[in-house]
Amino acid sequence: MTFFEFLVQYWPRLLSGAGVTVVQFFLAAVLGIALSVTMGLMKLSPNRLVSGAAITYIEFFRGTSLLVQLYWIFFVLPLFGLTIDKFTAGYIAVGMNIGAYGAELVRGGILSVPRGQWEAALALNMTPAKRMWRIILPQALVNMLPPWGNLMIELLKGTALVSLISVADLMFEARQINSSTFLSAQVFGAALIIYYIMARFMLTPSMRWLERFMARKMGRA
Amino acid sequence: MDDLKGFPQELTGADRPMVSFRKVGKAYGPLTVLDDLDLDVAEGEMVSIIGPSGSGKTTVLRMLMTLEEINGGCIYIDGQPLTHMPKNGGLVRANQRHLRARRVDIGMCFQHFNLFPHMTALENCMEGPVQVLGMPKTEARARSEELLEMVGMIEKRDQHPSRLSGGQQQRVAIARALAMRPKVMLFDEVTSALDPEVIGEVTNVIRGLASEHKLTMLMVTHQMGFAQDISDRVCFFYGGKIEEQGPASELFGNPQRERTQQFLSAVKEAV
Amino acid sequence: MEWRWDFTWDILPRLIEATGNTLLAAGGGYAIAVVLGLVLALAQRTPYRVLTWVVREIVEFIRSTPLLLQIFFVFYVGPQFGIRLSPWASGMIAIGLHYACYLSEVYRGGIESVAKGQWEAATALNMTTMQTYRRIVIPQAIPPAVSGLGNYLVGIFKDTPMLSVIGVTELIHTANTIGSENFRFLEPYTMVGLIFLAISLPTAGLIRAFERYVRRKMGLQ
Repeated sequence: MTFFEFLVQYWPRLLSGAGVTVVQFFLAAVLGIALSVTMGLMKLSPNRLVSGAAITYIEFFRGTSLLVQLYWIFFVLPLFGLTIDKFTAGYIAVGMNIGAYGAELVRGGILSVPRGQWEAALALNMTPAKRMWRIILPQALVNMLPPWGNLMIELLKGTALVSLISVADLMFEARQINSSTFLSAQVFGAALIIYYIMARFMLTPSMRWLERFMARKMGRA
Repeated sequence: MDDLKGFPQELTGADRPMVSFRKVGKAYGPLTVLDDLDLDVAEGEMVSIIGPSGSGKTTVLRMLMTLEEINGGCIYIDGQPLTHMPKNGGLVRANQRHLRARRVDIGMCFQHFNLFPHMTALENCMEGPVQVLGMPKTEARARSEELLEMVGMIEKRDQHPSRLSGGQQQRVAIARALAMRPKVMLFDEVTSALDPEVIGEVTNVIRGLASEHKLTMLMVTHQMGFAQDISDRVCFFYGGKIEEQGPASELFGNPQRERTQQFLSAVKEAV
Repeated sequence: MEWRWDFTWDILPRLIEATGNTLLAAGGGYAIAVVLGLVLALAQRTPYRVLTWVVREIVEFIRSTPLLLQIFFVFYVGPQFGIRLSPWASGMIAIGLHYACYLSEVYRGGIESVAKGQWEAATALNMTTMQTYRRIVIPQAIPPAVSGLGNYLVGIFKDTPMLSVIGVTELIHTANTIGSENFRFLEPYTMVGLIFLAISLPTAGLIRAFERYVRRKMGLQ
């Protein structure tokens, strides 16, 4: 069977898998970004308890494997009565994992804003919350967008692991097709190309656009 | 390709120049940096190159060190072509092997010293002799220590460059270049990056070299007093050409060309 | 569900043995990545534009697609063409190649951080290109690369659980087996998580200390 014949026959399943991957990606991204901002800010808190909580979360999720976290959430939490369906467990695990890495980016981005900006905001007598939200975060965002582009690619790649708890994403469909047809080169090759297209021609250009958009908004372009 | 018809395959005769630029051109795209440069430097001669920035003076040294390719003409060193090599009775562009064979005659010191930061002063000096010349380590060490002694850096031989002042680093860089026993030494604005109070320690070393050794030297400098003191000849570059050249006393004392006069009076005012 | 200590002690020897395999897999994959990554980095610095472009695209492709999928690809595509690779061999190839692409970027950054004047000084001393790389450029490219090299060592360690899917008996594979033999997943998965933490957190600290040591040792501070 040629690669083309293979695609003609199996594209609906690959496409539906890719759709699930995209949905998992977006849900995990929303969770991951929310956690990044929250935990990144918490880690900067002068309150030891607050920063300690953030550090624990960050070190725990960066110190262990995504796969271990996924299995723990899916197989162990139900033992404590907290049953989560596989689809939800999938994006929660991926999002929480990425959130730990993102929190460090947020923290770094905030620390990269020059001291003078903090002092200027203070001189305008802004409340701490307003200072952060109106002055510091927008500037931090521009500084940290480039590494976020890489992190988003890691996130997309991370979603492939949800196939191991039987979420029917692209990776899962590819394995299913492989085990019934043994056309390994075709199916895994096709899946690799689809992931590559999503990363290189959809995700990366969007992030670049966002970088340019933010830079323009900040009057830096 | 450049037309090298009529260029000799080698320069012969007892009075042949140590360095010879023949119709050398250099351009970056549409921008001409050097235009048909002819310059001969005799053995043991000390030539200073002065001129406003952008006049192409540093490019002269960088071409001679083969850090920049030339776009036309040919450079000879000790009678042999440097940028080209003889083939079938003519000259063709030099390959890496030819460049390596000819570069042994040339040493260079840079504006920013370019010492190897992961090596001590002594290791910097030994690196070339041991790695490139294949000299035994004991011999290379003896030679390097002798040179460090000469530049007054023997006490700091085991220090890394990060622990040395700019003047000290430049003196080590001079010792490092001399350790290769070049016939021609190039000094590219070696005092421009130095604090004023340490310039003297570097110029004194070069002064010593000029008076005690039979080394051929080319120096690009902004220090007119120093150039006047030690040079046999001074070349004033302007717009990619030698605008005027002559013995130091004449060029500084009685410049003929208007641009030379303007440049020298502008420099004097700045001091 | 209660934590059972007696069960924990029972399974500990098997988990420790599996930890050995995990470390072996990480070490083997890393050894491949360190060497191959340097080759990929240097291949992008030759004067041959086509070679540079091809290597760049391969690196981009491998970096933007999931490791899990690459592991399946290497393991299953070989037999289709008559090449049988053991799980260990295919796992090492996949993970080594994947991380070689990341490390090539680390090396590239290190090499590019070496000042242009260093190359010129090496030319002025009449060194060959090989000598310049070996004696001048690579030694200076290493210190700025140490933290990146170290982070990816921890990264490869945390990605080894993915090798369980093709039957490499590392930690997660062993935990799966123990879990399904005893119908208890709490202790094995939790212990695996703790083992990962216990190894990756101190390693990250050691890498930071090592980075400072290398800089001092090379006289760069």
